[in-house]
Amino acid sequence: MLDKIGVGSVDELYSDVPEEVLFRGEYDLPEGMSETELREYFTNLGKKNEQLTVFAGHGAYDHYSPSVIPHLLERSEFYTAYTPYQPEISQGTLQYIFEYQSMISELTGMESSNASMYDGATAAAESMFMMVASARKKNRVLVSSTLLESVRKVIATYMKFHGVELTELPEKEGETDFTAMAEELAKGDVAGVMVPSVNRYGIIENLEGVAEKVHGAKASLAIYCDPSALAVLKTPGEWGADIACGDGQTLGMPLQFGGPYLGFIACRKDMLRKMPGRVVGATTDRNGKRCYVLTLQAREQHIRRQKATSNICSNQSLMALYATIYVALMGPQGLRDVNRLSCDGAHYLYDRLIESGKFSKVYDKPFLKEFVVKTDLDTAAMAARLRRNGMMGGVEIAPGVLEFAVTEKRTKEQIDRLITVMLEEEK
Amino acid sequence: MKEYDKLIFEISKPGRKGYQLPADKYGVDGMSAIPAGLMRGEAPELPEVSELDVVRHYTNLSNKNFGVDTGFYPLGSCTMKYNPKINEELASLPAFAGLHPLQDVKSVQGALQLYYELQQALSSLAGLKEFTLNPYAGAHGELTGLMVMRQYHKLRGDDKRTKVIVPDTAHGTNPASAMVAGLEVVEVKSRPNGSIDIEDLKPLLDDTVAGIMMTNPNTLGMFETEIMEIASLVHEAGGLLYYDGANLNPMLGKVRPGDMGFDIMHINLHKTFSTPHGGGGPGSGPVGVSERLVDLLPTPRVVKLDDGSFDVVYNGDESLGSVSTFFGNFGVMMKAYAYILSLGRDNIKNVGPMATLNANYIKESLRDLYKLPVEGPCKHEFVFDGLADKSTGVTTLNVAKRLLDFGFHAPTIYFPLLFHESLMIEPTETESLETLDEFIDVMRKVAIEARENPELVKEAPVTTAISHPDETGAAKNPILSYKAMKA
Repeated sequence: MLDKIGVGSVDELYSDVPEEVLFRGEYDLPEGMSETELREYFTNLGKKNEQLTVFAGHGAYDHYSPSVIPHLLERSEFYTAYTPYQPEISQGTLQYIFEYQSMISELTGMESSNASMYDGATAAAESMFMMVASARKKNRVLVSSTLLESVRKVIATYMKFHGVELTELPEKEGETDFTAMAEELAKGDVAGVMVPSVNRYGIIENLEGVAEKVHGAKASLAIYCDPSALAVLKTPGEWGADIACGDGQTLGMPLQFGGPYLGFIACRKDMLRKMPGRVVGATTDRNGKRCYVLTLQAREQHIRRQKATSNICSNQSLMALYATIYVALMGPQGLRDVNRLSCDGAHYLYDRLIESGKFSKVYDKPFLKEFVVKTDLDTAAMAARLRRNGMMGGVEIAPGVLEFAVTEKRTKEQIDRLITVMLEEEK
Repeated sequence: MKEYDKLIFEISKPGRKGYQLPADKYGVDGMSAIPAGLMRGEAPELPEVSELDVVRHYTNLSNKNFGVDTGFYPLGSCTMKYNPKINEELASLPAFAGLHPLQDVKSVQGALQLYYELQQALSSLAGLKEFTLNPYAGAHGELTGLMVMRQYHKLRGDDKRTKVIVPDTAHGTNPASAMVAGLEVVEVKSRPNGSIDIEDLKPLLDDTVAGIMMTNPNTLGMFETEIMEIASLVHEAGGLLYYDGANLNPMLGKVRPGDMGFDIMHINLHKTFSTPHGGGGPGSGPVGVSERLVDLLPTPRVVKLDDGSFDVVYNGDESLGSVSTFFGNFGVMMKAYAYILSLGRDNIKNVGPMATLNANYIKESLRDLYKLPVEGPCKHEFVFDGLADKSTGVTTLNVAKRLLDFGFHAPTIYFPLLFHESLMIEPTETESLETLDEFIDVMRKVAIEARENPELVKEAPVTTAISHPDETGAAKNPILSYKAMKA
């Protein structure tokens, strides 16, 4: 090989690198490990983790994941491919993205979905940009403070640097204060509003009349939602939203310490050209055969550079495949059953906690699988006790206020045990 | 094999199901407590299929795909190296896969240790002080890095630095990330060999410049030999240097970005550190910074305490804020760390040189038939300006499509924009001499076909599942869902 190249050594291929920057030291890394050593290293690290029975949500949910999914995701024709730049040899990827887009459109009630985003928070931030881009000379967006704080934090960071003014709407009895929203809209400078479908307290917000108010002020409405819950709850499309966005982790994805998950954005047709990210469309080839291609690329960074709708140049493709297979397996009935079982379990736990007299209501509002209660018990001692017993209880979102989530994976026995341990007297 | 072209929706049969869930468990009807006005009107139109239907459907789809495991994938600037299988196994260990991101830190010490050790390993490999692993992809890392840049100037009260210098040959994500970060893009010209034109750079460096974004080696795979001069010019002007880690692979074992004067960089774990590209993601784009920028990194951050345990920091006075819901793509990080540990401190030094050797070997073996616009040793990749013989009418697109007929993925085409017929080839270090020779033979064969039978090449591909899709029609009349297709 060196002869062909015409050099005497591999080092000669770096002869153009200034001497002073050539690395001659040692990396601060261990010696290379064999497969056996590596497996042992990871297994030992794993022993320092505690696998708990999870009763928490707050943006990450312990839903059931059918066995089929990892088996299909391990098809290396899927996971060792890259973005489908060559449609002739990427119809597998392109078709599943088309199916994914179709499913997200169905679940959200919106006309067009993109090929997916990094996570819910970044999808929400990019949805804000879409609304600003769709408005004429307006540079302010509103976000409800009932949206998860982890999502609001990312929105705030993106808006701050991009130079979009962000106003948080106050809450009223656990829901968005829509009177305050109307006051802000009346100022005439609002490009878009984002509200949650199910909010940070687990409350299903009543969004009746919100779209009319927002559209009346010539602004757009984005609803942050849980695609799993949308199998039963009123959809952003039905509420009259322009954009639906959120995180698809609830479609059976492993908790995996926070990622990879799946962001999604779907919108009405008239906002399509403001949408970030990859989009797959159906077409035909020269023999009239149906096929799929990346499309509407004139929005994207590799064509438009600094005039693009976003800097995103990939999607969360394999997680989109995960979601697609999950939804295919579950179907409309399975998704309904998941919600019903989660909802039953959550209500069962809620009722038992209130009955105990040690916990009380914070809000009296409808919820699906997640809710908050307050207590005077020592929550730190309670959390430690639960951990010793292999459980993760509710997330303490304010002093003495716990948010619990129950999925279809939990059993009545697990919930009863949770309650027993929580109510134990500290010895 | 039989041709399969159904959509999952088209094999749906009412009442069929592919899941098993327990029956009622609680004797409670929770959903009856939700007012009807909050419920969806009609059930979504989703497929109803059996488990076997699903397995066959997606297995058939996978057969229409080409991955690194299928064959050689010389996609320039994407570093399509082999993805070792042990990494997949380790990333799915239940002791990590089942962890909730908000668990008490005492119950996730193993995950935090892994996270911290990867931060440290990347710092050492890059010659920088600290890394955040929060960003989800390369472009997300660029955005985060540029936020660090802006935050640095802002905290110093230097508000007029609103411009960032980007070479005209840069990846499209560079100017796009700058736009999202609220920076104005100023282009610096490249010389014919793709390197930055210092004389064009100098007058741009005033007190409104926040910094410069560069790759090194540059987009043509050539090392920027004047990097030290560029670094001192930018620093003297009060700016920072951002290193786009897309081209980091040939530097492993040879050069560290920090040692070249870069203040901020991102790494694509899915390129340099072998995590699978996943058909477009999930990736991971950690961002590293020099010492003076450490406190500006996004939160959450994983830190090591004096007692040797690990903790999570959720807020910092100087931090730019948050760019991710939780810690980033943790599952991807596990694979990258497994790769780094399996190579270890010594073998990892061979990565860059072997990638460079492979690229130069292909370049020198084809330069008589393909037009090589820039002389000299390349690093991990190089660019041809199409076929040497321009009389045939065969374009770079035709060559790329013809390669598909021979069982190779096409190189990156029409990038960089410096040439009309760019064909960018990156073999990576994981390919054998035999594979490189096979590829070279086929590239030569295509060049000869182009001369002797140009129509054959223009017709390509002829062996693939589909051929010459109507992309214009797809964009003119977008059909983005099954429902739109039926309408």
